[in-house]
Amino acid sequence: MLKFTLRRLYQTIIVLLGVTLVTFTMVNVVPGDPVAVMLQKKADDATINRIRDQMGLNDPLPAQYFRFLTNAVTGDFGNSYFQKKPVMELILRAFSVTGTLAVLVLAFAITLGVLMGTLAAVFRGKWVDRVIMMISTLGMAAPSFWLAIILQLIFGLTLKWLPISGLRQPSAYIMPSVALGMIYAASLARLTRTNILDAMNQDYIRTARSKGVGEFFVVAKHAFKNAGIPILTYLGTLIKSILGGSVLVETIFSINGLGKLLVEAIMKRDIPIIQGCTVYIAAVFVIANLLIDLTYGLFDPRIRVAGPAKR
Amino acid sequence: MSIKANANVQDAAYTSFYHDAFVRLKRDKIAIACLVFIVLLILVAIFAPLIAPYPEGFQDTSAILAGPSSKHWLGTDEFGRDILTRIIYGSRISLSVGLIAEAIAVTIGVFLGALAGYYGGKIDAVISRIIEIFASFPHILFAIVIMFVLGTGVINVFLAIGFVGWTGIARIIRAQVMQLKEKEFVEAARASGGSDLKIILRHLIPNCLSTIIVVVTMAIPSDIMYEASLSFLGLGVQPPVSSWGEMISMARKYLRTNPTYSVFPGIALVLTVLAFNLLGDALRDALDPKLKNL
Repeated sequence: MLKFTLRRLYQTIIVLLGVTLVTFTMVNVVPGDPVAVMLQKKADDATINRIRDQMGLNDPLPAQYFRFLTNAVTGDFGNSYFQKKPVMELILRAFSVTGTLAVLVLAFAITLGVLMGTLAAVFRGKWVDRVIMMISTLGMAAPSFWLAIILQLIFGLTLKWLPISGLRQPSAYIMPSVALGMIYAASLARLTRTNILDAMNQDYIRTARSKGVGEFFVVAKHAFKNAGIPILTYLGTLIKSILGGSVLVETIFSINGLGKLLVEAIMKRDIPIIQGCTVYIAAVFVIANLLIDLTYGLFDPRIRVAGPAKR
Repeated sequence: MSIKANANVQDAAYTSFYHDAFVRLKRDKIAIACLVFIVLLILVAIFAPLIAPYPEGFQDTSAILAGPSSKHWLGTDEFGRDILTRIIYGSRISLSVGLIAEAIAVTIGVFLGALAGYYGGKIDAVISRIIEIFASFPHILFAIVIMFVLGTGVINVFLAIGFVGWTGIARIIRAQVMQLKEKEFVEAARASGGSDLKIILRHLIPNCLSTIIVVVTMAIPSDIMYEASLSFLGLGVQPPVSSWGEMISMARKYLRTNPTYSVFPGIALVLTVLAFNLLGDALRDALDPKLKNL
């Protein structure tokens, strides 16, 4: 397990370096001079050049990357061109909003998805199963941004139950969480159903049944725990997709989170924010994935000893 | 001569495998319904000028933001353009994204995946890290940043979405090639003097074909959603080109005055994604049941 942990740590560092390199390369090949954009064409060439020198933009790219990297390690992503604030400060403020939303989306998706998937598996082939699978198939086809608008139309404008934008009251979190979480709840329901059905065919379930364990405990204790590993594996992808998907939902509900910060930065060509947000979000995913890999052992004692077979 | 005979035997095995799969698929009524829907949609996209009730971009100034009526079945938008017409033309963007972006993703993914799986060792380690690096960015976010780099426009949407989607297929092909390369037919090809490139192109990739078909069908709906999302954010297809995502984005402003405006393009999007999802499920069951957890 220690060897496995060390190897995963090493891989994580390589991947994080790669993430910074890819992001840096992408935003720096964009045509157009950020300083000219920043000064909104009001300055002459000499002034632009002087500011470029001050900001280190005239240095060779490898030197700029190295500076970006060494600063990023200490949590410094430079300053925003337009808001004149440290990018990290803006990111952390926005992430507190996006993070809250992501946790709610995750809670909604996992609760609903695992519950529905378990019900479908237990009532396999019955109408309960069919209805749940039909709804989940539909749920997987509805894009979050359209679902958000439909929810706004029904619960915001028509019924007037929920606020259609902002996050001033706790109830305002409901629509964004549902809109973004539906697609993940739907795919989790399918995943849970498949895995519980798989687990139910295993020998240890037969053993448990033959010992006289009631059906409820068979599902709750044995099948559920073994269906947990694929769901845990999916959790990493889920976190990544939610952070990505929040871009859309935050735009629709005027939520000042990371996604909105990024989209606005792209519209204004505020490169330090684009760079910082991209690296930050990817880093959150990479680190979450590392933590998930290290928790497999809690579910499966075989992994605790030998480390996961894959990867 | 013997090599030729061998190829024929392999071909026969191939035909019967795909034939069996097709027979299995034909029994699935939902899959056939989805296939029919997709074929119809392709025809609608190709013959859009003949089918659409109005020319693209035609503005009916007497009906601005009108609800559904006999003149405009699905109503009109803020410029008096017929919404049904725009949805029909929008299908062209959605379908070509599915086709072109996925072709880009498959080319990159299959190539890198096969290289990693075939050579193993250091090459595999490097490619696997590259896959991991690119898979660390949320797809939509990565596509947004690529659109920022390339600028908006239809071709750039294809490129961005294609470049975002290759990591999944690369992983699957890598794993499959790793298993396949130990098989006898690969050894035989190597013994008869086949070069690495030839073995990969002529033996390994064709043997991954059923997986590629399944993965592509399952990836197309995501590509369609990413295009709609980019266009919704204003970073994708630019007006006056019709795209379902762009229509939903515009419709958002008129949610109070013309609620059906935002509903219809969304329904088109949901139905298309649904059809591809269900067809993908059926193809997977028919061709490659091992990919169950995809």
